[in-house]
Amino acid sequence: MAASTPTNIQRPPLRTSRGNHVRRNMMNILVSVLAIAATALVILPLIRIFIYLLAKGFSSLSWAFFTQQPKPVGMPGGGMENSIVGSAILLLIASVIGVPIGVSAGIFLAEFGRSSKIANAVRFTADVLNGVPSIVMGIAVSALIVLPQKHFSAFAGGVALGIMMIPTITRTTEEMLLLVPSSIREAALGLGLPQWRSVLSITLRSASAGVVTGCMLAFARVAGETAPLLFTAFGSSILSVDLNQPISALPLQIYVYAISPYDEWHRLAWAGALVLIVLIVVSVALVRFFVGRGALKGNR
Amino acid sequence: MGVGIDVNNLNAWYGSNHTLQDINLKVPANHATALIGPSGCGKSTFVRCLNRMHETTPGARVEGSVEIGGLDIYKGASPVEIRRRVGMVFQRPNPFPTMSIYDNVAAGLKLNGFRNRRVLDEVVERSLKSAALWEEVKSDLRKKSGASLSGGQQQRLCIARALAVDPEVLLMDEPASALDPVSTSKIEDLIFELKSQYTIVIVTHNMQQAARVAENTGFFLSGKLVEFDQTHKIFTNPRDKRTEDYITGRFG
Repeated sequence: MAASTPTNIQRPPLRTSRGNHVRRNMMNILVSVLAIAATALVILPLIRIFIYLLAKGFSSLSWAFFTQQPKPVGMPGGGMENSIVGSAILLLIASVIGVPIGVSAGIFLAEFGRSSKIANAVRFTADVLNGVPSIVMGIAVSALIVLPQKHFSAFAGGVALGIMMIPTITRTTEEMLLLVPSSIREAALGLGLPQWRSVLSITLRSASAGVVTGCMLAFARVAGETAPLLFTAFGSSILSVDLNQPISALPLQIYVYAISPYDEWHRLAWAGALVLIVLIVVSVALVRFFVGRGALKGNR
Repeated sequence: MGVGIDVNNLNAWYGSNHTLQDINLKVPANHATALIGPSGCGKSTFVRCLNRMHETTPGARVEGSVEIGGLDIYKGASPVEIRRRVGMVFQRPNPFPTMSIYDNVAAGLKLNGFRNRRVLDEVVERSLKSAALWEEVKSDLRKKSGASLSGGQQQRLCIARALAVDPEVLLMDEPASALDPVSTSKIEDLIFELKSQYTIVIVTHNMQQAARVAENTGFFLSGKLVEFDQTHKIFTNPRDKRTEDYITGRFG
C-alpha cells in the first residue's frame, strides 16, 4: 500500500490513492480499539469491586445492620448504625472545614495571587500537603488537638479529614477558575462591578460545575480514610453524636472487623464496605443533581 | 445623555512598551467617533484607557488626563465608578455563560445590589429594545442562556447589558469584527440609533464602517494620533500623507 506512494512528494496529492484510504481506516480502527480498551481498563476494576462487594456483603445486610450497634463476639445480630452516623458527622465536619478554606485558597491563587511569591508558596504547600501520608496527618492532628485535650474526639477526626480535603479542592478550584475565559472577567469589570463581586458572582459561578466536582473528589477520598482517624476519632462501639467524644466511622469499624478472627465479623465488614461505597456514590450523585439543576438550557 | 471626552497628553505603556504617545483628542457629546488604523497601532489601548480597563493588565501604566463630562477619571474617582459611567462592548461577544438572557442584561444592576423587580423588568425590556433584540428573545428571557444565542444576537445582548447600567459613554472595541454582514449591519443601525442618547467611541478595522456610522474619525499609527477630523474630510481630503496612504489601501 504505502510502497506505491512516492516519497519525494512535498504536497499530498489531491486525490488520495486507495492504499492510503485502507491504511487510514486501519489506523482509525486501531486507535478506536485502543481507546475503548483503555476505557474498559478504567471502569472494569470498579465494576469488579462492586460485584464482589455485593456478593460478599449483600447477604449480611438487614434492617438490624442500620439500626443496631456492634455486639460482642458470639452474640448474634448487631449492626453498624454508630459507624454510619459517625462517618456522616465526621464528613460533615470535614466538609465544613475543607470546602470553604479550599475554595477560598483556590480563588486566591486564580484571581488575586496569580504568579506572586505568596501564591507560588501556597501552591507548593498544597502540593506537599496532598502528598503527606494520611497516617502522618492523623498523628499531626492528634498532637495538635487530642494531646492537649487529653481525649480522642469526633472533632479531631473531622479536622484531620478536613485538612486532607483542602489541597485537592484548592488546586481543582484554581484550575477550574483559570478555564473561565478572561473575556468574561473583562465583561464583569467593564460593567462597573468591583473585583470581589465579579469573582464571586461571575467567575466562580461560571466554574461552579468543576469546583463542585473537585469538592466531591476530595469528599469521596476522605470518606474512605482510616489512618487519620486511628489517633483522632479513635472509634467507639456505642452510638454517639457528641463531638467531644470518640466516635466510630465506617472505615474504622471495617478495619476492626476485617482483622478479627471471627467469620461473623468478616461478614459484617463486607457489608460495611458495601454500605460505604453506596453512600459515597449516592452523596456524590445527589450533590451533582442539585448543582446541575440550576443550569440553563443551551449551556455549553 | 452623553457627555464629551477631553483627552490631554495621554501616554500608555505595557511594561516598557510605550503603546500610546501624547494623544490629544476632543470627542464631542452625542456623536459617534470612529478610530481607525492598522493592527497594533494603539487604538484598542486608547479606548481601554477611557474606562480604566487598560490598568487591569499586569504591568500596564497610564499618564496624562482624560476628562469625561468634566471629571478627570484618573484623579479622585475609583475605576469601578468610572466603568459604570463608561460602558464597553468588546470585540468578541462575551455574555455571562451561566446566566439567562434576563440575568445577563440585569447583571450590572443586580450585582451592584439593585433589587426592585418591577424596575429591573422595565430596564431589561428597555435595554433589549434599544439593542434591537427584544422581539427575538422576549418569549424566553429567563429560560434560555445568553450563550445559546447566535453570535450577532450575543453581541446585541452585550450592548443591552452595557446600556442597562445607563452609561454616558459607550466604548465599542471592533464590535462587529467577529460577525457576519447581516449582523454587522444591524449593529451599525444600532450605533446610529444610540448616538442620540450616548456618546459613542468605536474602534474599527473596517473603513467603510467608520464612514457609515461616525461623524468624526481619528487615524492612529504606531501609538500616535496622526489625524483627527470630520469623517468625510478624513476620507476625501486627508491632511496627512500617511492617512491618505492608509485609506487608499497602500498599507495596513
